[in-house]
Amino acid sequence: MAGKKVGVLALQGAFTEHEIALARCGARPCQIRTELEIEAVDALIIPGGESTTIGKLMLSFGLLEPIRRRVKEGMPIWGTCAGMILLAKEIVDMEQVRLELMDIAVKRNAYGRQVDSFEAELEVEGLQPSRGVFIRAPYVERVWGHAHVLCRVKDKTVMVREDNRLATAFHPELTNDLTIHQYFLRMLN
Amino acid sequence: MYETGTYKLKSGLAQMLKGGVIMDVTTPEQARIAETAGACAVMALERVPADIRAVGGIARMADPSVVLQIMDTVTIPVMAKCRIGHFVEAQILQSLGVDYIDESEVLTPADEKYHVNKLPFKVPFVCGARNLGEALRRIGEGAAMIRTKGEPGTGNVVEAVRHIRQVNDEIRWVANLPDEELMSAGKEMSAPYELVLEVAKLKRLPVVNFAAGGIATPADAALMMQLGCDGIFVGSGIFKSGDPGRRAQAIVAATTYFNDAAVLAEISRDLGEAMSGIDIMTIKNEDRMQERGW
Repeated sequence: MAGKKVGVLALQGAFTEHEIALARCGARPCQIRTELEIEAVDALIIPGGESTTIGKLMLSFGLLEPIRRRVKEGMPIWGTCAGMILLAKEIVDMEQVRLELMDIAVKRNAYGRQVDSFEAELEVEGLQPSRGVFIRAPYVERVWGHAHVLCRVKDKTVMVREDNRLATAFHPELTNDLTIHQYFLRMLN
Repeated sequence: MYETGTYKLKSGLAQMLKGGVIMDVTTPEQARIAETAGACAVMALERVPADIRAVGGIARMADPSVVLQIMDTVTIPVMAKCRIGHFVEAQILQSLGVDYIDESEVLTPADEKYHVNKLPFKVPFVCGARNLGEALRRIGEGAAMIRTKGEPGTGNVVEAVRHIRQVNDEIRWVANLPDEELMSAGKEMSAPYELVLEVAKLKRLPVVNFAAGGIATPADAALMMQLGCDGIFVGSGIFKSGDPGRRAQAIVAATTYFNDAAVLAEISRDLGEAMSGIDIMTIKNEDRMQERGW
């Protein structure tokens, strides 16, 4: 994975934090705002932020179809928090623009408002324990098809892998722990 | 096992707001327009700064009903303002469940000497600053996000530009000082020493820094982003303009594509009338909201 060019969708949200983590892992991060830039990367991260804002900007600037096509051709993609919402085929009790690339039903702001945001220890299948930062976080209410649950917190699913697609309800980019970023980069091989 | 209200969670939410636009709204209808336009959060208040300026008198925390109605209307984060030093208004806003509190100079200060001690609160705070010392004092009190003060309710970006340039100047100054001069630098700015050390190391503020106070056009938003702000607050600039929905959407796009003049040209077209605005020189010193805060 060394030197692989990993794009971070830079429409809104915590994209620089992902860039820093990727660089520490030895990958080459770059910010993505246009269709042309999407064609030039080996993998893509949809960062945390406001999912409705990011969705609207993806629609207005014609990024939904190019991302869908690249992912269906095999490009690895990872969504954190808002990114997880944007990857879901279903959103519980809500309708909003999204990529619809994973067989998961996601509930937004599922743990409550900001005062209910929390940090927790994570036990991810096959990985070392790590720290999870959940900010107005969603969780996965249901999975089907090829979607495989990798981690649960407070009896809720918070990390799912489906072939070349990864979704986390939490923010590894806000910690110094590179475990999940390294896991994603292994998906490029 | 589960921790809530940590500083990482408070500053983390501000990190999630970066690259976005936080819009002042006074009704659920305005909140819906803001959300539809792509706002990353809304600020619930009773009057936008331009009206506070026009009406005069004492400006206080909004009626909890207004805040709750707006919280019920949108799915994006909802912020609300308390007066400087009014820790009971802050306690009330926290109990309502707002996602961020702005201890704001837009409202009439409740304390002429002390700001709210923001550390014991579970809800995060954003505060205004005109220079590095002011920003670090607020962070020292527990603010997890900073914004320029600008001059609210004027539609005039000049003060926000002055404030971000001042903060950036002082960060460059601190970052280039030898270690033995940092204590005196802190003394000179009336800033906590540990935070001065952190700025010297990071070469930026340790928290997210937004632009606020006078942003009225997509070009204003892009200007503040190019000057190094992490995101944009728009107060009166949207709902005091001719076509709020369109203007709001354009400012959102400008905050993302702030470095792309061709996109900025396209989205700046046919937005209708901007808010009329006020020349700062015509506002008496004692009427300048930016002078509030200690």
